[in-house]
This record gives sequence, structure tokens and C-alpha cells, in this order.
Amino acid sequence: MIGVELVKLVRRPRTWAAIGLLCLLPAVVAVFLATTRISPPPGQGAAFLSAVLQSGSLYPAAALALVLPIFLPVAVAVVAGDAVAGESSQGTLRYLLVRPVRRTALLVAKLVAVVVFVVGAVLAVVSTSYVVGVTLFGAGDPVAVVRALPEVTGDDGGVAGTGSGQQPASGPAGGQVGSSDAASGGAADARPGADTGDTTAVDPEAARERAQSSVSSLSGEALSPTDLAARLLGAMGYVVVSMLGVAAIALFLSTLTASSLGATLGALAALITSQVLVSLDAAASVTPYLPTRYWLAWIDFFRDPIFLRDITAGLWLQAGYVVVLMLAAWANFTTKDVTS
Amino acid sequence: MIETRRLTKRYGSRAAVDDVDLHVAEGARYGFLGPNGSGKTTMVRMLLGLVYATRGEIEVLGRTVPARVSEVLPEIGAMVEGPAAYPHLSGRTNLALLDASGPRRDRDGRRRRDRIEEVLERVGMGAIDRRPVRTYSLGMRQRLGLAGALLNRPRLLILDEPTNGLDPHGIREVRDLLLELNAAGTTVFLSSHLLAEIEALCTDVGVVDRGRLVLEDALDAVRGPTGRLLVRTPDPEAAVRVLGRAVAERDGETLVVDATTGGPPALARHLVEHGVPLDGLAEQRRSLEDVVVALTGPGSDAARTPAGRRSRQGSTPTGELDPMSQGFRR
Repeated sequence: MIGVELVKLVRRPRTWAAIGLLCLLPAVVAVFLATTRISPPPGQGAAFLSAVLQSGSLYPAAALALVLPIFLPVAVAVVAGDAVAGESSQGTLRYLLVRPVRRTALLVAKLVAVVVFVVGAVLAVVSTSYVVGVTLFGAGDPVAVVRALPEVTGDDGGVAGTGSGQQPASGPAGGQVGSSDAASGGAADARPGADTGDTTAVDPEAARERAQSSVSSLSGEALSPTDLAARLLGAMGYVVVSMLGVAAIALFLSTLTASSLGATLGALAALITSQVLVSLDAAASVTPYLPTRYWLAWIDFFRDPIFLRDITAGLWLQAGYVVVLMLAAWANFTTKDVTS
Repeated sequence: MIETRRLTKRYGSRAAVDDVDLHVAEGARYGFLGPNGSGKTTMVRMLLGLVYATRGEIEVLGRTVPARVSEVLPEIGAMVEGPAAYPHLSGRTNLALLDASGPRRDRDGRRRRDRIEEVLERVGMGAIDRRPVRTYSLGMRQRLGLAGALLNRPRLLILDEPTNGLDPHGIREVRDLLLELNAAGTTVFLSSHLLAEIEALCTDVGVVDRGRLVLEDALDAVRGPTGRLLVRTPDPEAAVRVLGRAVAERDGETLVVDATTGGPPALARHLVEHGVPLDGLAEQRRSLEDVVVALTGPGSDAARTPAGRRSRQGSTPTGELDPMSQGFRR
């Protein structure tokens, strides 16, 4: 059954359209950057974008930052939301079930197909953007990776929040901290009000420490290509896992309704709600459990040393979402009347 | 083959299928007849384990459904509520995907391809090209659906409105195909709102009306003689003069005559002796239509819905009645 689902995925023009569009956005951005040579000013644009002019081999990371907030979740939600609801509205679901395909087996096959799509999409984005980056900016020397990164505040959710605060290499350490904080949408010191409710995320003490460590690694050594590749691989894996959370939401909704559009939009609505709440200080008590809370933690793979706390938390959180939602989807799908 | 006991499916307070005891014998061609919205499709879905019953038991091929439905389904070919296929793929690819989704046995690629070609041939689509299903006519989709139902050489065919969208030629072909399969031992369970289709094909008939099974019998028993004769004559005036009171109804050149002693031969002799020319003479049989209308008519309806809450809309199949069933047949 899994093979059949993969064939369906591959033979579906939509799959390739989605992946094509995902690869197109970073390419367009790269062309603009390469022709104008104007890098985004500090604090604006996606993470890594300011650094890519020096090193094209960093461009895959910048591309991930570009597609992660909207494009990738939308693509995943479309594919996963359509998984069961699409078969249902097309009427093919009943023919699969009387073929017979066991409902659990069908759900598992759908999940596997969605995972394959997510992995494929991320791989496609990374590989095309590597080619684009190296072609347009040259391989360069991905030296000061950490300098291109925003502060670890953890609670900036949207595109704007991912702003990078690149500083001149000669900049004083103190200035680096300050502008990074401002750029990343307010770090610990800038917003003490939010800190009380969310000690794990925005502990002022920890934030200061992190800022210190970030500064101390400013002298950052050049990343060897293998090191960069390993970090990139880690980041890709993390992004895939983050997207599996999205897929689980959409797949669960997909078993509830016969409308793929409904399932897709429902999943996106859940994500937007999560994004809004993550950036809302008043919702600090629930932020650690929101699906998008640790989405940006993949950036931590490029810190020196790799900052694992948010990554680990994010992996656990997504695993929780996937397990709970897939169980719910299974419980619902195996007991429901198929009337479409 | 199929047996249900007190089968009931409720959606909220509405009973889509209400206390149905169905009996389909092995080798039968069973026509499940009822107007649209009378619970036919829900019934079919329950037999296939797609919809779970609120109450009652189902046994298909000797096994309980839905508990052991996965053992039963490999021996069933089904078409439920119209055909469905992936529109961007060709008919052949659709069948291949459906086939590959099936149980693990028969995974051999060559036999699979042969099997697909065979069922396509059977439904008269052996020569289809690689056009996507999106471009198919409803009739072609219907044939494709039928081909899918035949993939696992079923012992039992459960078909919901299989001739929908087919032209008269196609209807005849499908009917011949079903007869052929039935002769080879396949039991056919056919649900339809078309009286003519059931009359032309089935050996047994079950009539459902608003979720209840109001009749289940052999078709021949249902369509028993009425005790009247149909007389067709170019000179109806003369016939009426000769037969007098015996003429019950008159419609153009056709008279409905109360049977006399001696049956048709005696009547024929009588008429000819009195110089009345005869075009035809036949026993009048109850048509399935008469029976169905009587069973699902307003009388029974008024008795069953006291407050008149439920609308009568769509509960009589008059729109689909076979206009030929009154005349001379066979």
C-alpha cells in the first residue's frame, strides 16, 4: 500500500508544482541579491541572508529560512490535508476500502507518503539553493556564521522575527549584543514583563549567558565544508520534523472532513494561531506547547557550539504532536462511517 | 450469500435503514429496488463495512460484517454510488493502482497486467488509450468502475446503480455481462431505482421504502397473473359489443378483459366466432411497477408518518416507471 501511495504522490502534478515553487522563491531572492549586491540591512530579512554575499554555500540555510515561515507549511498542509479528504471527496476512498485496504494500513501509507514529500521538498530546496548560491555568490568561506544569526530569544515567531543582526566583523562586542537583541524582536532585557511567565524560554540570566557565548564565538573559526554539511543536515532534519507536526495536524483534520481545502486551511489556521500566540506576551503560559514555538531552533545548528536546548525541546514537542494527532486520526478514521 | 437481521442505521433521529431482514441466496440475481433516498446506498455501504450499523447483524458469505469484513471483501466486487477514479491518470493506471492496493496475494506483475487487460476487455474497454480519466464520459467511467469491481474475480458482485450514465447499447452490454457472470456462478446484488433494469435482469427482488424492506420475493411470484386478459384488436367497438360487461378497461385498441372460463384460447375462439379481428391476446400480469406503487404509495405513507412531518418528496418512483410494463410483454 505504501508503494501505491508513493506512486500516487509522484504521479501527481501538484507535488512537482509545490516543490518547484518552493525552490523558486529562494532562487528569485538570490537573483536579486546577486544582481544588486545589496544585502538586507541588519535586523531585516531572513536569517543568513546577509551572510550569503560572502559565502554562497550558506545559501541553503538562507533558503530554509525563506521557505520555513509560510511556503513550506502551506505546501505540507496542502499535501497532508488532501491525503484522506481528497480520496474521500473524489470517491476513491470507498473503492480502496472495499478492495480491501485496511483503514490503519491506509492511514500509515498516507503518513509515509507525506513524510516522503516533506523530506523531498526540503532536500529539493536545499540542493537547488546550494547550486544557486554557489553559482551566484561563489563558494566563499562560511566564516562568521554565528555573526549572521539572531539572538536566541526563542519567542520570535514570524518572518520579521527571524531578522538577522549581522555586524561588521570589527564591531565591538557590546554593540553586537545590543543590536542583535533589537534585531531579533526584543531579547530578554528588552522585555522583562514577558520573562516572568516563561522561565524556560526567556530566562534573563540564560539569555545574557547566551548573548555572552554568542559574542565569545564572534571570533568564530571558519566552518569546514564537512562541518557546514553536517550542520545543514541537522537543520534539514529538524525542519523536516517541524513540518511533520504540521503534517500531523493536517492529516488529522483530513480524516475529519471530506474537504481537502477545509483540512488544509484548518491546519494553516492552527499554525497562524500558534504564531500569533507565540509572539503574544499574555499567552506566555502556553507558548512552550505551541507547535510553532521552536520552529526557528534549527538556526541553532549554526551556532558555535551548537545550541541544543531549543532543538531538543522542539523535537520532543513535535514528536508529541505527531503521536497524539496520529492516534486521534487513527481513532477517528477506523471508527467512522465512510459515506462519501 | 447475504443475510441481515434487524439491520438498522440511524443518523440522529432519522433511520436511514430500519429493521431490515435481507436474504440473498447464492447464485441469485437480486434486485434491490427503491426510490432515491430510501436507504439503498446506506444498506450497500453497511454490507461492505464502510458504514457501521446502529443495530442488527450482517452476514456476508457466511462471515460476520463488519468484524470479519476483511476476509469477505477479497471475494466481493463492488460499485458504490457511482464510479470514482483519479482524474489525472489513465484508466489503465487507475486499475493498476487499485489492483496493487489489494491483498498481498497475486503480487506477480505479469499476472496483474493480464488481469487488468482481461477486465478491461470484459467491460468493452480493451482498446482504451492513455487519456486521463478526466476526459472520460460518464459511461466510460461506469465501465471502468465495473472493471475495478471484477478485478478479484468476485463470488459476489454488489453493484449500486451500475448502468447509470450508460446509453441503451451500454446498458444491454452490462446486462449481458452480468448474466454471463451470474451463469458462471457469481451472485449479483444490484441496487437500482430503475424498475425496468431490475425487471429485465433479476430473479429476486427486494423493495425498500424509507429504510424499510416492504417486499422481498422471487420476481416471478411478484409479477403473478392478475386474472385478466389483454385483448388488442383493430375493431375495439365490436369487441366491446361482443364481450359486454367482461370488458374492465379500454385504452384505444387495447381492452382489459376479465378472464372467462377456458382462458385465452376460449376467449380467442369466442371473439373470432363473432367476427372480431384479433391483433393479440395475452395474460395480464401484475407489473413490478404496480406492486411497487402499491407498496410505497400514499396510503402506506400516510399510515407510517402520522404527523406528516416527513415530506413525500421523492418517495414514489413514478418518474422512473417503465412505460412498457403495462403492455404486451414476453
